[in-house]
Amino acid sequence: MARIKARIKETLPSVILLAALIAAWWGAVITTHSVIFPTPWAVLTGTLEMLEDGTLWRHIGASLMRVGAGFGLAVCVGVPLGLWMGWVGSAYRTLNPLFQILRPISPIAWIPIAILWFGVGDASPIYLIFISSVFPMVVQTTVGVHTIEKRYLRAAENFAVSRRTLFRQVVIPAVLPQIIVGMRIGLGVAWLVVVAAEMIALRSGLGYMIMDSRNAGNRYDLVISGMIIIGLIGLSLDATMRILEGTKWARWRYAH
Amino acid sequence: MPTKIEVSDLNKSFATDKGILPVVEAVSLTVQDGEFVAIVGPSGCGKSTLMNMIAGFIQPDSGTVRIDGAPRTRPDAKGILISQQGSVFPWLTVRENLMFGLNGHSTADRWAVAERYADIVGLKGFEESYPHEISGGMLKRTELARALVVKPEILYMDEPFSALDALLSLRMRNELLRILAKERHTTLLITHDVEEAIHLADRIIVLTPRPTRIQAIFAVPFPHPRRLAGREAQELRIAILSELGVDRGELGS
Repeated sequence: MARIKARIKETLPSVILLAALIAAWWGAVITTHSVIFPTPWAVLTGTLEMLEDGTLWRHIGASLMRVGAGFGLAVCVGVPLGLWMGWVGSAYRTLNPLFQILRPISPIAWIPIAILWFGVGDASPIYLIFISSVFPMVVQTTVGVHTIEKRYLRAAENFAVSRRTLFRQVVIPAVLPQIIVGMRIGLGVAWLVVVAAEMIALRSGLGYMIMDSRNAGNRYDLVISGMIIIGLIGLSLDATMRILEGTKWARWRYAH
Repeated sequence: MPTKIEVSDLNKSFATDKGILPVVEAVSLTVQDGEFVAIVGPSGCGKSTLMNMIAGFIQPDSGTVRIDGAPRTRPDAKGILISQQGSVFPWLTVRENLMFGLNGHSTADRWAVAERYADIVGLKGFEESYPHEISGGMLKRTELARALVVKPEILYMDEPFSALDALLSLRMRNELLRILAKERHTTLLITHDVEEAIHLADRIIVLTPRPTRIQAIFAVPFPHPRRLAGREAQELRIAILSELGVDRGELGS
């Protein structure tokens, strides 16, 4: 009971802030007699409408699928690549400058090339997600390997264990917390990028839904609905990654 | 007793911003099989560098280290190093740490050996704990057990107990003696604590300040268990301390 009370006390200020913002929004729309900008109520009814006919689920599913594919691919490539670059000095020296140049290029800048290479199907946004989420994971994993404390590597050397044991019981578990941080950053970026990528020419996804709602009859209630849903899904994706940070594979890092 | 470790004419210097810094100079020593040798010296004198060269982690500029007559080039599981900061893997449980060094055995065998050593050092019931869940003393026991599990012929101990409080450090020393009485490992201990050296060692080597050389060697002829407050032990302590530059007046005796 006391815990629930404390919890309420903790979340109360942010709930009040949200309520105040919605009230201000509502009040502003009414006092300015705006014909285009919707009230919170219109956003809610518009959302319910789309939930009923199933189009909202279709868009959410499409966006999540693209993020899953692009991000999954980025994990499969980024983590092994990061481990290799972290462990092998010459690989690091060769690849790192290239990655440092590629990394600051906005995924938006890749859009023309993505369309040229992959057309306007699912492959383009998946590629954009991949290219934008793979670098944070490579960087974090590499940093993770570089920051393994010497004393642990020495101990492994001292016991003269096999390479397999060295990697399975020392290097990978030591780097895992950093890998999870990289995944969290990567997934955040992936979710940002999917919406931008879907604004190009696809016929599904939350990004498409936003652009389509505006183009087809100024349905700004659905535009705002889409934005809020993007925010909420982003929040829950991040919460999922934070659960990973609390597992035994990463918890040792944050103890003490 | 055959010679276990034979160190001859080791030299080591490091390059720093201010030029070449000689750290170890012409150190030769031998350790017999099963012998416990303590090395004491002023802090920063190069004790750890010397130990790291003997254990194979650092290559000397010149001179040789022979273990059982064979030149040593790199570290191996024949001699395990236990250092002050410790190196128990925080991402493995106590049991997984104990099983770590056991290469090429079946899981059941490794499990059983780990179990036995957990028992010997008093870690029973903590096998599934992670290092951050146990106390500093328990952590030292884990480190010691992980080393003993692989049946090393030599234990290299670099100020192993100096991060512990006085009481715990004394407890760990007695524990170590109890274990060594059962399994006779050749032991090389580095310490700045003269009392600890007298408590544990058969022979004490006193080093000079940097660049370090051997200044004096003392035999510790007292049988175990040792009475550190006894007259002979106190006299030995004063003799070692005066080699280290602490005079009688400062000792208040």
